[in-house]
Amino acid sequence: MALPKYTEPHYRIWHYVYLTICAAVFFFLIAPLFVIFPLSFNAEEFLVFSDGMKRLDPDAFSLRWYQDMIYGTKNPWGLAAKNSFIIAIFATIGSVILGTVAALGLSSRHMPYKGLIMAVLISPMIVPLIISGVAIFFFMAKVGLAATHTGIVLAHIILGTPFVVITVTATLSGFDHSVTRAAASLGSDPVNTFMKITLPLILPGVISGGLFAFVTSFDEVVVVLFLAGLENTTIPIQMWTGLREQLSPTILAVATCLIILSTLILVTAELLRRRSERLRGINR
Amino acid sequence: MSSETKQILTTDGIPLEVSLKKAEKKNKIKAFLLVAPLLLFIIITYVFPIGDMLMRSVDDKMVTEMLPKTFKSMEKWDGEDLPPEEVFEAFYFDFQKLIEEEREGKLSTQLNYTKNGFKSIIKKLRRKSKSFEEGNYKEQIMSVHRRWADVEYWRAIKRRAPAYTYQKYLKGVDMYENEKGEIINVPEDRRVHRILWLRTLEIAFFVTVFCFLMAYPIAHLLATLPMKYSNLLMICVLLPFWTSLLVRTASWMILLQQQGIVNDFFVMIGLVSDDNRLEMMFNKTGSYVAMTQILLPFMVLPLYSVMKTISPSLMRAGKSLGGTPFVAFWKVYFPLTIPGIGAGCLLVFILAIGYYITPALVGGASGTLISNQIAFHMKSTLDWSFASAMGLMLLSGVLVIYWLYNKLVGIDNIKLG
Repeated sequence: MALPKYTEPHYRIWHYVYLTICAAVFFFLIAPLFVIFPLSFNAEEFLVFSDGMKRLDPDAFSLRWYQDMIYGTKNPWGLAAKNSFIIAIFATIGSVILGTVAALGLSSRHMPYKGLIMAVLISPMIVPLIISGVAIFFFMAKVGLAATHTGIVLAHIILGTPFVVITVTATLSGFDHSVTRAAASLGSDPVNTFMKITLPLILPGVISGGLFAFVTSFDEVVVVLFLAGLENTTIPIQMWTGLREQLSPTILAVATCLIILSTLILVTAELLRRRSERLRGINR
Repeated sequence: MSSETKQILTTDGIPLEVSLKKAEKKNKIKAFLLVAPLLLFIIITYVFPIGDMLMRSVDDKMVTEMLPKTFKSMEKWDGEDLPPEEVFEAFYFDFQKLIEEEREGKLSTQLNYTKNGFKSIIKKLRRKSKSFEEGNYKEQIMSVHRRWADVEYWRAIKRRAPAYTYQKYLKGVDMYENEKGEIINVPEDRRVHRILWLRTLEIAFFVTVFCFLMAYPIAHLLATLPMKYSNLLMICVLLPFWTSLLVRTASWMILLQQQGIVNDFFVMIGLVSDDNRLEMMFNKTGSYVAMTQILLPFMVLPLYSVMKTISPSLMRAGKSLGGTPFVAFWKVYFPLTIPGIGAGCLLVFILAIGYYITPALVGGASGTLISNQIAFHMKSTLDWSFASAMGLMLLSGVLVIYWLYNKLVGIDNIKLG
């Protein structure tokens, strides 16, 4: 980004203004996440930086909110975390299987009404969550699955599959179909071909779609608010209740854990994306 | 030529064209069968329930079924003067049946939606009707309360006769159908929904504009920097994208509160005095700031993917042909990024217009959107048919933008990180 030596002064100034604007926007994007970090170690109950924290006094910091999160009496986070993970894992498995199989069909050039079907399959991602929530709630109430894990898992499969469909069709768009034909001509049946040839090649796309589905389910709050009973509480529901009633530092401890989790997922997704692009021979 | 091609036969003796068509059809079915499980799943658990919302929003069978005799006898009544004795009689018998089934409370709630003032007079009628004598029900009912002698209330009942209604949609835009069947606005001081629709559009629009203004420079920077720097900066965009919405909203709640860091900073640089701190949360400002930051990645990613494909030599060519950098940017670079702008703006607008969680937490009363109103009717007033009607009105708007998006960008070109 270095400027050539002959750049005129006013363009030089403009260039630095531009870089300053960019820096400000990046700061706006990322800084809010880092506020949570130090405050979750606050020794006091207030959500502001105490004088002790500003002086970096070790006594002003403590792990008490993390202790409260894990060992606190009548604390909902344990049950919520368990539910969240169970629901997200099953929703991810369901989304990945349904989404990948559908993406295989959608990537075939023989697929009829491709545009229309794609639009229907992607719609849960586009339709406002509140509408999805109302519609899915009506359905689950009718079939008696409201306030059950199964109902929430099904709802999250609906919301998660668009991501899998999108990432897997994108991966398949660079897929060389002659390798599957080669496998078939060598006597492999379609299932075997898929497991041994296609799946390993599109695996990065499948996993990154799965990560999206996992995060979607793990973070989802609007639909769950309609569907969940007391037994099905999840981390987002607890955070939502906590944020509405009283912002406590325990929530910040949970939020810190969630940020760490999302960082891990981001790193995995990025590594997969690069690997996938390398495999498909896309040079950037 | 064509006659020759037709004669080409496969080894089985079938014309090639027929055989090819057969194979194509087989492939079509194969492809469709792969998609079928997901398609069926989505249609049954998602598309049909949205259709169910449509049914609920126009459904008005409840009152129709509660007062069958009354509506039958009302068919002959022209609605000019008070209804004849037979209507009163039918109403009395319908009403007695409802009392037996303990459903008269539901009737009063329903009729009160149509016209205020039914609740109390139905309660009174229930008490008094126990001691009614046989015959001349018109006199007896009218003596319970003077409103029962008011033709307006009987017209209000008659309006509930059809099993379907579009009243909920009218209510959604602050209108109603009066006794004469004219569609008119509700009084100015009771118009709440139009304000909400306008505010939803306004917030979605400005959030889109802010996102665009902020995303354009950084997407450009990301697209022009060397890989090793841009990958690092890309994390700044992707980390918020992957972080829980509630976590990001929580961080804004901490930042924007009156004793929060943003206010501290303003006091420090002397922008506001310490006892006069700005209120940035529980109002529109809160919604704007938090929604812009949360939706920004959805603008950056499509812009970035388009800018990445623009060769830097184009700008150089523009400059070498005598354009200043600004002219070269405006005439060469900017037009090439328009597809990315379109994709990003439509995506952000679509997401912003249906936002619920963030406005509910930081928006307060003046920063809430139409989604919050839908949730309110689903959870608090339990007027599910009204919630459905509002939801479908919102949905129809979203579908128009979705269609536009599909046409301009192609739904399979959505960029996800």
